[in-house]
Amino acid sequence: MSGEISFSPNDKYNAFLTTCKKAPHGSGKLAGVAVAIKDNISTKDIETTCASKILKGYVPPYNAHVIDLLKAEGAAIVGKTNMDEFGMGTTTENSGFGPTLNPCDTTRVPGGSSGGSAAAIAGGMVTMALGSDTGGSIRCPAAFCGIVGLKPSYGRVSRYGLIAYSNSLEQIGPMGKTVADVSKLMGVIAGYDRHDSTSRDKPYNHTPNAEIKGLKIGIPQEFFGEGVNPQVADVVRKAIGRLEELGATTVPCSIPSMEYALAAYYVTCTCEASSNLARFDGVRYGPAPDWRKSWHDAYQEVRSEAFGTEVRRRIMLGTFALSSGYYGRYYSKAQVARENVRADFNRIFADVDVIAGPTMPTVAFKLKEKSDPLSMYLADILTVPANLAGIPSISVPCGTSEGMPVGLQIMGRMFEDERVVDVAYAYEQEVN
Amino acid sequence: MVSEKDVQHIAELADVGISPDQLGTFTHQFNAILEYFDILDRVEGQGAVAHDLINILREDEVEPSLPHDDVLRNAPAKEDGFIKAPRVM
Repeated sequence: MSGEISFSPNDKYNAFLTTCKKAPHGSGKLAGVAVAIKDNISTKDIETTCASKILKGYVPPYNAHVIDLLKAEGAAIVGKTNMDEFGMGTTTENSGFGPTLNPCDTTRVPGGSSGGSAAAIAGGMVTMALGSDTGGSIRCPAAFCGIVGLKPSYGRVSRYGLIAYSNSLEQIGPMGKTVADVSKLMGVIAGYDRHDSTSRDKPYNHTPNAEIKGLKIGIPQEFFGEGVNPQVADVVRKAIGRLEELGATTVPCSIPSMEYALAAYYVTCTCEASSNLARFDGVRYGPAPDWRKSWHDAYQEVRSEAFGTEVRRRIMLGTFALSSGYYGRYYSKAQVARENVRADFNRIFADVDVIAGPTMPTVAFKLKEKSDPLSMYLADILTVPANLAGIPSISVPCGTSEGMPVGLQIMGRMFEDERVVDVAYAYEQEVN
Repeated sequence: MVSEKDVQHIAELADVGISPDQLGTFTHQFNAILEYFDILDRVEGQGAVAHDLINILREDEVEPSLPHDDVLRNAPAKEDGFIKAPRVM
């Protein structure tokens, strides 16, 4: 049954950058379901800005592969959600079009960079949305807003049409009110796509199963150590206790490479960003450069005006780290560090089925609380390891601290997205 | 440590520009981040080995592509079916 749904939400949180008042839909697994899309995922004939002024007015001539898949299953694309510009941030305050507010407490940030998608769900405007996760951008806002978000295994969901920020780290993934919603959405978007050379033929046909008896959970000490708020750690420990009551066993473990994982992450993503974002020069799309000026002067003018501060900072950091004389010290070392993170996970996963800990070291910050870039980067410490290793990781709400939601993060072996979904589902069913 | 002059140079290399009033703060923050990156000096070895990676290539055959008008649709300036760019020489 195809048709059209009306979508005119009272968006008090600035969750949407674009809404589609009349959204057509088809028939299928998601017939008539309203799905919100992060604004870095290309939607044919619907403005796609990455929350950047440099893409204001850009209307993609084609759909991302995931959008075609959603439409083929009948979903209604109801709008594009706010984000940190190009995905660079942890709060959605770096949007070129104003911050998104956290529906649980509007004086706080929703997390980022997929903050608009999380707020659209937490604010009751949609039940499902797509986000993207480069270093925690699905899981962080899911944790801060009290919803569920999955970063799939790298290669499981096509990145074709995702406007690139850091190709080797990012994945599109499902966000939803419940684990069942997230699992259902994952079933639609996962699978092989020949337009993405990193795509793997690993479709997801899974119905969540709450049976976790005999499951072995690794508890890394680094996830409960320095920098992690003690109350948040307590809430997460209790949640893991509930999993034990369901028949799981826990074993302590350690990820020594976490010492330098965050640095490796930021070197890698800024280097990739400096290359990826070179395409934004106002020539093929975006604000027109001054044609009378020379090439460099014209580009510099467009890019200094239309890129936000954080985007320019990351482009510059990447440019510096890749420059002659520094490559060996930064990028090359970061890749060795990344291999070490993978090796740590492989070693631990030889003995345990999943690894659990907090998604974020704190609850949602107050708006404008984090003004220093480095202190903002440090907030990503618990989410970046999964991106560096490419493994699946889910955040599921597990209680509150200071009245704000806390997320339980469950990481799994490569391509065992089904298992992290099951563990999250078992927890969700137990507490609800 | 990088100087304000270095930061200015990087901004020019990256074509992102930097205004004189931002230069001080930017340099300060840049140095704080680079200092944090120093932790990578503790990583042993050089040059990571890529495991399980294979090139995925397709045959070099012509396939359907987007219509010309769609490709040009977002360009701010066009001339005779081409995209206009600033002069290079």
